[in-house]
Amino acid sequence: MTLEKIQLEHVPSNIHIYATLFRDVSNADFLHSQLLARNPDFEYAFVDASSVISRFHLLSAVYAAVNALVTGTLRTPNVHSEIVVSLNTNNNIADAYRRWGITPGKTKDLIVVKVVVAPEVSSTETTSSPTKDKPTTQEQQQQQQQPEDEQQSIWTHLTTHVKGTPSELSDANLAPLTDWPKVRKYYRLNAVPALAGCKDDEEKRRQEERLAVMGMALKGL
Amino acid sequence: MTAPSANQDFPPPKILTHPSTSPPTLITQGAEGRLYKTTHLLPTLPCALKYRPPKPYRHPALDARLTRARISAEAKVLERCWREGVPVPAVYAMDAARGWLAMEWIEGVPVRVGINNFLGEGEETQTKGEGELVDLMKRIGEAVGKLHRTGVVHGDLTTSNMMLRPRSGTQVNGESEATGRDDRVKVLEGEVVLIDFGLATQSMSDEDRAVDLYVLERAFASTHPRAERLFGAILDEYKTTFKKAPSVLAKLEDVRMRGRKRSMLG
Ligand SMILES: Nc1ncnc2c1ncn2[C@@H]1O[C@H](COP(=O)(O)OP(=O)(O)O)[C@@H](O)[C@H]1O
Ligand SMILES: [Mg+2]
Repeated sequence: MTLEKIQLEHVPSNIHIYATLFRDVSNADFLHSQLLARNPDFEYAFVDASSVISRFHLLSAVYAAVNALVTGTLRTPNVHSEIVVSLNTNNNIADAYRRWGITPGKTKDLIVVKVVVAPEVSSTETTSSPTKDKPTTQEQQQQQQQPEDEQQSIWTHLTTHVKGTPSELSDANLAPLTDWPKVRKYYRLNAVPALAGCKDDEEKRRQEERLAVMGMALKGL
Repeated sequence: MTAPSANQDFPPPKILTHPSTSPPTLITQGAEGRLYKTTHLLPTLPCALKYRPPKPYRHPALDARLTRARISAEAKVLERCWREGVPVPAVYAMDAARGWLAMEWIEGVPVRVGINNFLGEGEETQTKGEGELVDLMKRIGEAVGKLHRTGVVHGDLTTSNMMLRPRSGTQVNGESEATGRDDRVKVLEGEVVLIDFGLATQSMSDEDRAVDLYVLERAFASTHPRAERLFGAILDEYKTTFKKAPSVLAKLEDVRMRGRKRSMLG
């Protein structure tokens, strides 16, 4: 299973983030149609890997979207669409989908992110409960899906419907998939004075990644 | 116990109450805001989180608007500087409405600490290693020159608002270098990184730039009186870095004069 559970810093523990990569996807059209039909079984962020620089780049967008979810400030219908829009340097949703979303006939390599909001276990409730093993609490815990089951069922659903090669969402796997001319255009990375004197390719990539993340954080301010 | 009441008075921003691998630490508590050292996204990525808490004495709607505008302005200036190659922390994330800005954590110590460590406790003026101190002054002048060249004035230039970041690979090179050199001057090594853009504005005016330099000059004289006579090295390098420096330095003369008059009157 290449689907990993990602624990980000400063994210409430009832928010579970899963992600993986599929290479050489052959049914992008089908996946796109499920999104258009708002099929509730396909509540995922589908991100075209050619528009993504690295894990840090992607996770920055995931974090921004989760923060919007937690603070009740989503600009889009849900956290998954918010991830796609968070990759943009402005708030134009249609634009974001065109650039970072799934494009029928074009998307080959696909990043999938799934955010699950589990019922909140309030810490005040737990600590103030007079008896340690209240049966109601145990029942609640049993009703809650176990994290392993949650991960397994997402994985099963994904591998059933995404026709592609599951791969780990690593920088090593992502790097060769990046379409740099496109990414440089999206994040206005051409003719940046800060990059002018940079001789080292790896260092330049790191700086471009930072500029992209800054563009996302500023949202055209 | 004072800790719980202190927590009541200074609750951390909501974002920092969510779990992280290591607990956030409060670095400074200023009049305008607080600075925390924490982590961003990954346990291995340290970040500086600037937080402007709500001001209870201000109308909530006005307060929210001011906070949002200030955080956005600071982030915007950082991005602009970074793009233009001015050494500043990169912005990682922000939520202006909730008053926070997460940026790159700059390793090292404030320039103020570096200089004071170098000067030590001694009374007499040190001349040993003065070349290295002059060299640091030049790096300050270069950083400020780049900043002004970009069309940004800092608004609070002091040696506390500059970090001395150890150059990457210092450990590797440092070892062979250190053998022949005085350990004392090593505290002056590193890249000068400008921080704290809370009062920064976009300006191309000679006057604004001259005031920026004047603030630094006064701050430098009071923080490092024993190095004051070397301040000229900052201005020399500023001139080398920034084409329009001559007219700014001419203005600086006026600003100094006004400052002197004001202090005579006051
Ligand atoms: N990006 C950063 N990296 C490392 N330390 C920082 C950073 N930003 C601020 N600090 C530390 O926190 C202190 C206060 O931050 P600053 O931005 O100057 O806020 P204030 O407005 O309270 O002066 C600085 O003097 C410095 O020691
Ligand atoms: Mg400061």
